[in-house]
Amino acid sequence: MPIRTVLAVLTATTALVLTGLWVGYNVNMLPLGASSNASTYDDLFKVLFSIGTVLFLGIVILLVYSLFRFRRRSGDLSDGLAIEGNLPLEIVWTAIPAVVVLFVGLYSYDIYERMGGMATLNDHMAMDHGAMQQVSVKEGDTAGRVWGGIGVAGMDAAPAGPVLPVEVTAMQFAFIFHYPGSDITSGELHVPTGQQVELRMEARDVIHAFWVPQFRLKQDVIPGQPTVLSFTATRAGTYPIICAELCGPYHGGMRSNVVVHEPDAYDNWLQQNTPNRTTT
Amino acid sequence: MTLANPSDFDGNLQPQGWLRYFSFSLDHKVIGLQYLVCGFIFYLIGGALAGVIRTELISPISDFVSRETYNEVLTLHGTVMIFLWIVPVVNGAFGNYLIPFYVGARDMAFPRLNAVAFWLIPPAGILLISSYFIAGAAAQSGWTAYPPLSLTTPAAGQVVWILSVLLLGGSSIFGGINFIATILKLRRPGLKLMMLPMYCWAMLGTSVLVVLSTPVLAGTLILLSFDIIAHTGFFNPTMGGNVVVYQHLFWFYSHPAVYIMVLPAFGLVSEILPIHARKPLFGYTTMVYSIMAIVFLGLIVWAHHMFTSGTPPWMRLFFTIATSFIAVPTGIKFFNWLATLWGGKIALNSAMLFSCAFIVNFVFGGITGVALAQVPFDIHVHDTYFVVGHFHYIVYGGTVFVIFGSLYHWYPKFTGRLLNEDLGRLHFLLTFVGFNLCFAPQHWLGLNGMPRRVAEYDPAFTTLNQVSSVGALLMAISTLPLLINVVVTAINGKEAGDNPWNALTSEWLTSSPPPVENWHGEAPLVTEPYGYGQHQETKA
Repeated sequence: MPIRTVLAVLTATTALVLTGLWVGYNVNMLPLGASSNASTYDDLFKVLFSIGTVLFLGIVILLVYSLFRFRRRSGDLSDGLAIEGNLPLEIVWTAIPAVVVLFVGLYSYDIYERMGGMATLNDHMAMDHGAMQQVSVKEGDTAGRVWGGIGVAGMDAAPAGPVLPVEVTAMQFAFIFHYPGSDITSGELHVPTGQQVELRMEARDVIHAFWVPQFRLKQDVIPGQPTVLSFTATRAGTYPIICAELCGPYHGGMRSNVVVHEPDAYDNWLQQNTPNRTTT
Repeated sequence: MTLANPSDFDGNLQPQGWLRYFSFSLDHKVIGLQYLVCGFIFYLIGGALAGVIRTELISPISDFVSRETYNEVLTLHGTVMIFLWIVPVVNGAFGNYLIPFYVGARDMAFPRLNAVAFWLIPPAGILLISSYFIAGAAAQSGWTAYPPLSLTTPAAGQVVWILSVLLLGGSSIFGGINFIATILKLRRPGLKLMMLPMYCWAMLGTSVLVVLSTPVLAGTLILLSFDIIAHTGFFNPTMGGNVVVYQHLFWFYSHPAVYIMVLPAFGLVSEILPIHARKPLFGYTTMVYSIMAIVFLGLIVWAHHMFTSGTPPWMRLFFTIATSFIAVPTGIKFFNWLATLWGGKIALNSAMLFSCAFIVNFVFGGITGVALAQVPFDIHVHDTYFVVGHFHYIVYGGTVFVIFGSLYHWYPKFTGRLLNEDLGRLHFLLTFVGFNLCFAPQHWLGLNGMPRRVAEYDPAFTTLNQVSSVGALLMAISTLPLLINVVVTAINGKEAGDNPWNALTSEWLTSSPPPVENWHGEAPLVTEPYGYGQHQETKA
């Protein structure tokens, strides 16, 4: 291969990789992040976005270049070169996706573990508060088994300290949040920043899903099969809770809010809404 | 019926002329075209349903159709497009037309079963559409029909939906058995498996998936219908049923269904590219093994549709790994296609435009697919418009683009006339621009908070939804030049001759349209279907 071709290919590849990295790290495709999980997620997104941009642009440029350079000139009825394959070349482009996929897989496993995804789901049953069991463990359930979700602990960004449990009941077409510690029932979720929250969720009728885009978290809420979702909010504000599983005619309207307070403001909210202090 | 005697096919029982397309014809070419035209009619119906969806989503409030109707429309749109357009056309239409040619046979292995398989489709389709009118309400639980929603929405429509999908699944299984038997048992003497055109391998792999996975869907839907009709409790949580088991069983079919839609498209592209690039298909052997790898991996990835469901951590990990690895054999195929083009003499006609656009679209959809396979990534975007964008890049940008490309490529064989290239390029331009305008913005919408299957959404998303709807409008308009082209050229199009592309595969080595017995004499033995550049003398 002539040295000029090698140089041209190297320059083009470098330019492509730099473009991909620039796009991945500078084009913002995501909403505001408001949980400790969000920054971890956004790291993964940037890596995937960069790799994806490099691969996509590379293949499209190669394709368009081939279509232009190897176009049939008018009057030329001859065939192209009779090349039926090239084993070393084929090994190279088996290796490219294999290496990319291996890297992406290992990296996303790491991210998943940092999100707390590998925490044992049924752990909290052992250290459960007594108040919890009466609601989350219904009669007939397989001994309060949790079927899916992201459990407590394991999150590297999660602060040590007590976990705030909230029981979530989903029904057509609303979410109900119950705070077993203070017996508050609310249509909106209120949480403090900096404390790990564990949602224990079950649906009453059909399957729903609890999704907060700013937390980058979602978990189906299933009738008969309790699920959990743990997170730590990091930024005060009001964010939408969206039902993400088709649940009937008003599925699009099944929304609520999560209000993230600074710890002091959360304590205020808690005191003002605890049943023995107000009439509701 | 023995296949040795071509005169059997000219029996008086078979109607001639245009009437045969409305008959119980046993001719694989007639059946192939029946599949194609029938599928296209359902494409128009499914497209009209998509039009309703995109019209509703022009504004953030539910104001075009009622919320119930909206859910009926999205359920019918998905079901029609998958079971009545893509699967029948990419398998049934091109498979029936081409496979007997490629194996050097005069018909499929079981011609009557073949006709039965086709004739199950129109009644099943009519049944499905009519449920909107006669049963009071069509199914409203999406094409996935997850219980308990499918148990609590109007029962009649859901039962009709199940019946219709069972019929279509049956048709698909009949077709799959027929393709396997034809490819393995009906090859002309001297034709070895590794001499077969790539589409045969794709159809063999697809048919294995059909035969292994479709019965699981059928069984699942029968259990679901018991829950609805007989009030059993398989999937009813109030009776101790398990709703997540339904999801496992459903996706055990419905993930392979993606490959049932996409592998044949890979096969068709592998036929089109070498002919118009005048080069052999690059890496034939690795292409064959890639198909086998995709078939195997395709069977063990289903739970990536359930990452946010009742899915324990170990299962999330296993299915992330298995799903990611599908990118390897798929990547090999795309690099091989690029290598096929490299150094060729490419005629960039309509068939090639659609095929090359398929590469662009599918690579995009494949990259978002690898991202979606990663549990932490998927947890945020699952069940959002990101997924809607992703799978339309796969099934529309992938398979439907290939169907259009194949139409331009094989229409001269079907009719003896060439489709008009100017109308073809217009069709391509409208489709490509409209498609990307419609589905690219949906990725951003999903990432930023728009769930799928909603009739109302956050007003912040209005502009991009309107862009998407404009794209859909362009896609609707794009069918006009195609329809005009097909009708006008059928009447007075340019004569194609037998082999307008100077192709080497055996469907081109006979007259256009071919005789009932496919070749007037003995079937040709094509040992090198991609031998371009070696046989310059074949240009007659």
